[in-house]
Amino acid sequence: MNALKDSLVELIRRTSAEIPDDVNRALIAALENEKKGTIAASALKIIEQNIELAKRKSQPICQDTGSVIFYIECPVGFDQIACEEAAREAVKEATKIGYLRQNSVDSLTGKNDGTNLGPGAPAIHFHQHRSPEIAVRLVLKGGGCENVGAQYSLPAEKLHANRDLDGCRKVILDAVLQAQGKGCGPGILGVCIGGDRATGYEFSKQQFLRLLDDRNPNPELDALEQEILKTANELGIGPMGFGGKTTLLGVKICAANRVPASFFVSVSYMCWAYRRQGVTLGADGAIKTWLY
Amino acid sequence: MTSLSFPFTEAQVRALKVGDEVSISGIVFTGRDAVHKYLHEGGALPPGVSLRDGIIYHCGPVMMKQSDGSYKCTAAGPTTSIREEPYQWQIIRDFGVRGVIGKGGMGDKTLAACKEHGCVYLHAIGGAAQVLAECVKKVRNVYFAEEFGSPEAIWELEIENFPAVVTIDSHGNSLHKEVLAASQAALTARL
Repeated sequence: MNALKDSLVELIRRTSAEIPDDVNRALIAALENEKKGTIAASALKIIEQNIELAKRKSQPICQDTGSVIFYIECPVGFDQIACEEAAREAVKEATKIGYLRQNSVDSLTGKNDGTNLGPGAPAIHFHQHRSPEIAVRLVLKGGGCENVGAQYSLPAEKLHANRDLDGCRKVILDAVLQAQGKGCGPGILGVCIGGDRATGYEFSKQQFLRLLDDRNPNPELDALEQEILKTANELGIGPMGFGGKTTLLGVKICAANRVPASFFVSVSYMCWAYRRQGVTLGADGAIKTWLY
Repeated sequence: MTSLSFPFTEAQVRALKVGDEVSISGIVFTGRDAVHKYLHEGGALPPGVSLRDGIIYHCGPVMMKQSDGSYKCTAAGPTTSIREEPYQWQIIRDFGVRGVIGKGGMGDKTLAACKEHGCVYLHAIGGAAQVLAECVKKVRNVYFAEEFGSPEAIWELEIENFPAVVTIDSHGNSLHKEVLAASQAALTARL
């Protein structure tokens, strides 16, 4: 239990303070691509300095350490209750140390008890698999980018979006337009086509577990991902909405079945401060490998 | 790069225009959702807090209490400002605010208040919590920590060479409006 808790505290520390390599590479490429001397380039330069400083000081990349979302894959017979308890203890301890901000508020009373624990906090998704491996992935998703997420119900008449892939493209691009710089761009989109209102958003967020430079195995979705990335970066919204060439760093799309009456497109937006990390754990709870 | 130092006079602020990069030094007060709603509903600023010729910073920092009772600021980037759009104009008017630091931009009511009362919106880099925390040289005080919780409290900060970009000036210009219009047109052409 203690080793597991310690491993999860270390996972939280690293997720909060260190940007994953795939994201860092994309940000460096974006900086090289922006015109020198523009405020877009200045913004990306500060972002690069910030990434370096956060890692060196082991302090949060962003003060909004976000919603704490665990994705845990575990073998048959794994004690999920003990794991959840360890995760809650780890969140509490990481908050005390300052890897996480006191970030969880009682929605009725407005009280923030400073522990980051409460109904739905942290969110923990367990998934049992046949492998003996225990893998814990963590996403810290800030509120600014969460607020610009959007769910569309097709057909969306105002946007001339019908129930087809072109309709999906139109509403996804609308979400990018509406977000402007408010979600701390350059951003990354996670999208789910289909599902119900809850699973749509849930699956859209799971797209953030993918590597930024991977390709979608479904050719239609792959083409849509590439097209939206290209078009979004022609809109001139740019880093922080200052104008510029880099509006998005990536687009990740999945599809889920829907009922005939519903056709949702759920768009989650991740800020440049894309905090996502993961570990595999031994049976003793110690960290074996890092996943990103 | 233009230097802005406390107290922030109307002349200093009126000289700024959209796109200017500024470096801010002096005392600023943080204030975000709870504070704006409270002031909008007629709440009074606590003794010791004055926004006259001052700057309000939309920020919920990470603060670590030290053994001597003081606070160390370990992360301090801006939060999304648009949530304060229903309240900001009134706070600029009633409390003599000269600058609002935040991110993501604000709307027409704030734009009009900036023009009428001589105020600017200073866009800091969202997510750059460490670079900006390095600019916080001292945490001078905290107000409403119990009532609103740490991220929502009013923190009195002494900042030095804090980088930001003017995205709403006091002459009716908004970079956010420009980028929105241009990107809307670019998208329409691609649909």
